[in-house]
Amino acid sequence: MAPPYGGVFVERIQVMDADQVSRALTRIAHEVLERNKGTDGLVVVGLQTGGVPLARRLVELLAEHAPDEPEVPVGVLDVALHRDDIGLRPVLPEAVTDLPDDIDGAIVVLVDDVLFTGRTIRAALDALTSFGRPRAVQLAVMVDRGHRELPIRPDYVGKNLPTRRDEVVDVSLTAVRLGEMRK
Amino acid sequence: MPDVLVIRGGEVVDPNGRHRADVVVEGDTVVAVGPAEPPAGARVLDAGGCIVSPGLVDLHAHLRQPGREEAETVESGSRGAALGGFTAVCAMPNTTPAIDSASVVRDVIELGRTALCEVRPAGAITMDRAGDRLAPMAEMAALGVTWFTDDGDGVQDNGLMRRALEYARPLGVTLAQHCEDAALAGGGAMHEGEWSARLGLSGQPREAEEVMVMRDLALCRMVGGRVHFQHLSTAGSVELVRRARAEGLPVSCEVTAHHLTLTDATCAGYDPVFKVNPPLRTDDDVAAVRCGLADGTIDAIATDHAPHAPESKELPFDEAPPGMLGLETALAVLLTELDLPIERLLEAMSWRPARLGGFDRHGGAVEPGAPANLCVIDPAATWVVDGAAMASRSRNTPYQGRRLTGRVRHTVFEGEPVVVDAEACR
Amino acid sequence: MKHLLAVDDLGSDGVTELMTLTDRFVEVGERSIPKVPALRGRTVATVFFESSTRTRLSFEAAAKRLSADTMSFSAAGSSLSKGESVRDTVETLGAMGVDLMVVRHGSAGVPWQVAQWVDASVVNGGDGWHEHPTQGLLDAYTLLQARFERAGDHPSLAGERIGLVGDIKHSRVARSDVAAFTALGAEVTLVAPPTLLPPSTTAWPVEVAHDLDEVLPKLDVVALLRIQQERMREALLPSMREYTLRYGLTAERLRRLDEHVIVMHPGPVNRGVELDAEVMDHPGTVITRQVTNGVAVRMAVLFLLLGSGITDA
Repeated sequence: MAPPYGGVFVERIQVMDADQVSRALTRIAHEVLERNKGTDGLVVVGLQTGGVPLARRLVELLAEHAPDEPEVPVGVLDVALHRDDIGLRPVLPEAVTDLPDDIDGAIVVLVDDVLFTGRTIRAALDALTSFGRPRAVQLAVMVDRGHRELPIRPDYVGKNLPTRRDEVVDVSLTAVRLGEMRK
Repeated sequence: MPDVLVIRGGEVVDPNGRHRADVVVEGDTVVAVGPAEPPAGARVLDAGGCIVSPGLVDLHAHLRQPGREEAETVESGSRGAALGGFTAVCAMPNTTPAIDSASVVRDVIELGRTALCEVRPAGAITMDRAGDRLAPMAEMAALGVTWFTDDGDGVQDNGLMRRALEYARPLGVTLAQHCEDAALAGGGAMHEGEWSARLGLSGQPREAEEVMVMRDLALCRMVGGRVHFQHLSTAGSVELVRRARAEGLPVSCEVTAHHLTLTDATCAGYDPVFKVNPPLRTDDDVAAVRCGLADGTIDAIATDHAPHAPESKELPFDEAPPGMLGLETALAVLLTELDLPIERLLEAMSWRPARLGGFDRHGGAVEPGAPANLCVIDPAATWVVDGAAMASRSRNTPYQGRRLTGRVRHTVFEGEPVVVDAEACR
Repeated sequence: MKHLLAVDDLGSDGVTELMTLTDRFVEVGERSIPKVPALRGRTVATVFFESSTRTRLSFEAAAKRLSADTMSFSAAGSSLSKGESVRDTVETLGAMGVDLMVVRHGSAGVPWQVAQWVDASVVNGGDGWHEHPTQGLLDAYTLLQARFERAGDHPSLAGERIGLVGDIKHSRVARSDVAAFTALGAEVTLVAPPTLLPPSTTAWPVEVAHDLDEVLPKLDVVALLRIQQERMREALLPSMREYTLRYGLTAERLRRLDEHVIVMHPGPVNRGVELDAEVMDHPGTVITRQVTNGVAVRMAVLFLLLGSGITDA
């Protein structure tokens, strides 16, 4: 099965360096704590594959900045089987789903690397219903690049980044880069 | 004034040899062989580049009438025969009712009167081919039947077969056997071997055929009488006949075009078109029958033409009836695939089967006075086999879509051109 | 890939990919709502000319969990009304817009014939003695799961010594098991009396043995096949008792089995014949897991053929 976009990422410009990514995540951690008045009932879920390292880092930061608060469970979610554009992005066998046992009544914080059309998040909301009924779902993304096709909006954003449709945003814990895919 | 027909520009190949010659026919008789100037009003059939041979004789074809006219009739079958170069066909008796009495024999003879080739019915050995009681062979022989068989099945009961041979001996007829021991064959749908194991289909081992060949050879030794083995398919069977002939036993045998060219591997796609009794065997068996044909052990090539209506050949493989078409393709397939001199091929398809079956008006030398039963073969013509386009009412040909090299161009039956330029005249 | 008619259709790479994909569907099955919308709008029909409630229900459950619509045709007994052939039936279903047909028939080869007649995808749900590919695949998955908890990224049964015991000749499960197990690198030995073996196994990647007791200490997996009463009538076996004596996993043989040995059976089990009741309590027995995994494996197959969007590139 082919890699998601087919081709190789070619960087045009680095938008955030490691330090900036780290500070953005820390800020988001504080915003999550403030909004939810602590960590009680929180579950952080990273979307495969880009949201997973961010989700894990976020959970570490929550523990760091609220050491007296209960530990936050973390899970990973692959939405491939719920996408409405199946066939455009093949299923990656290695992208597993593993959620904490019970999300009924929990506040789920979805974490993804890039928010674009919103379809991935719609699929994630659909997938979550298979697992239970959260009290609320909040969305944290490192980059909001615009071009929404569905009424989805993030609760926590690392950076707003206007982009052209054909550009590609690459996010890791050490950098956010803007570029394009070349075959 | 009888009609004059001139077959011009061909090369005559017959039991006496081969030579370039025109053939002149008046009425139903050959009147001249040699360079000829066609008289005024004569019909001319061009045979340039072609071989002119005595018409082919098929000792084994199923014309299905009476009883299964949806699959074939005597007339449609004879049309296919003529297109395949046959001027005589022995019609198998597994009809409904079976050809086991004088009245059914008369019916088939009557149906054959308007056919495009000579149709001679074979008679059953046992009543209704049930293998229990002898059929009235003398009564049928009196009507001209020379060939008896329970084909479709072999005679299972050893004691009964012995009596049949004893009874038939003074009648001067031939008992032809479909060699298949039912218990060993076990209803197998294909050859028992590697392929049947892989495909999960029940199989018939070679021994199901060979055991009956051995039995009939033993009975022939014991009783005498003329025995002919139909559609032999295994290396073992060929070897048994080879040794019996060396011993001097009066046995003969035939092989089909499909057993000379196809193997059990063709069943891989589960297409019941390839289901036949005896089943298609392995490469080794095909090599052995080709060898047997080349060295004269095998006397004749027969078609075992077995039409089946399309619906029945679409049943699951193990439920489908066995059998494939053969009349229109036999000669062409063998010209395309066998590396055999044409004289040997024609000997096996014309003069030998004619003598074996007692077809006196066929398979003889092409000379003045001979009956005008001829076929003109273009060895270079290519054509593509299409079951739907055949004269047969059925279309179960295993050669569907194959391009063949060699085709019957004209067929003359009792002086009448029944096939001209590869098309039936009626 | 359009059809799954035999395990070999997947090729060795395809088998490992399907095993990994099955992990995903096992996970889906564990959710409180075990359903994904992947095949929404598609119609899957089970077309069973030979009755089998378990396999049919398993396929239907798999289709429903993928949000497909299902239709079910089953021939009452073995007689279709005169004039209604297999071809008629499947062409009618095709005309109703069925996207995929799971075909089971008592005669080998019918799924191949069906694939010629319809545009829909065809999955072989069992054809005569020949193959039952989803059973072979679910058996392989069950083994991976029993050894490693899941198939993972590089599923392999290399080093596993598997004994397939019983009526190999008439068993479509046996043929599919051989294909699936060997595709994953296992060593397979067929254990049966000569009358219950196919006429030729020389082309198969297996060993053959007639003595279960001799082979048993060398096996990591014992896969038992069902034995049917008809075989006695066909003179293939003198009696059931003799069969059990020589080839049954009796309590006595069970005691000789190491704890790590896995015992499998495609079901339904003839207790007292192929195995004694105690076998169900052996820690290595995975018979119920085989049933559970059946749904997940079939979901993976349906998804692969209809929903993954992966076309033959």
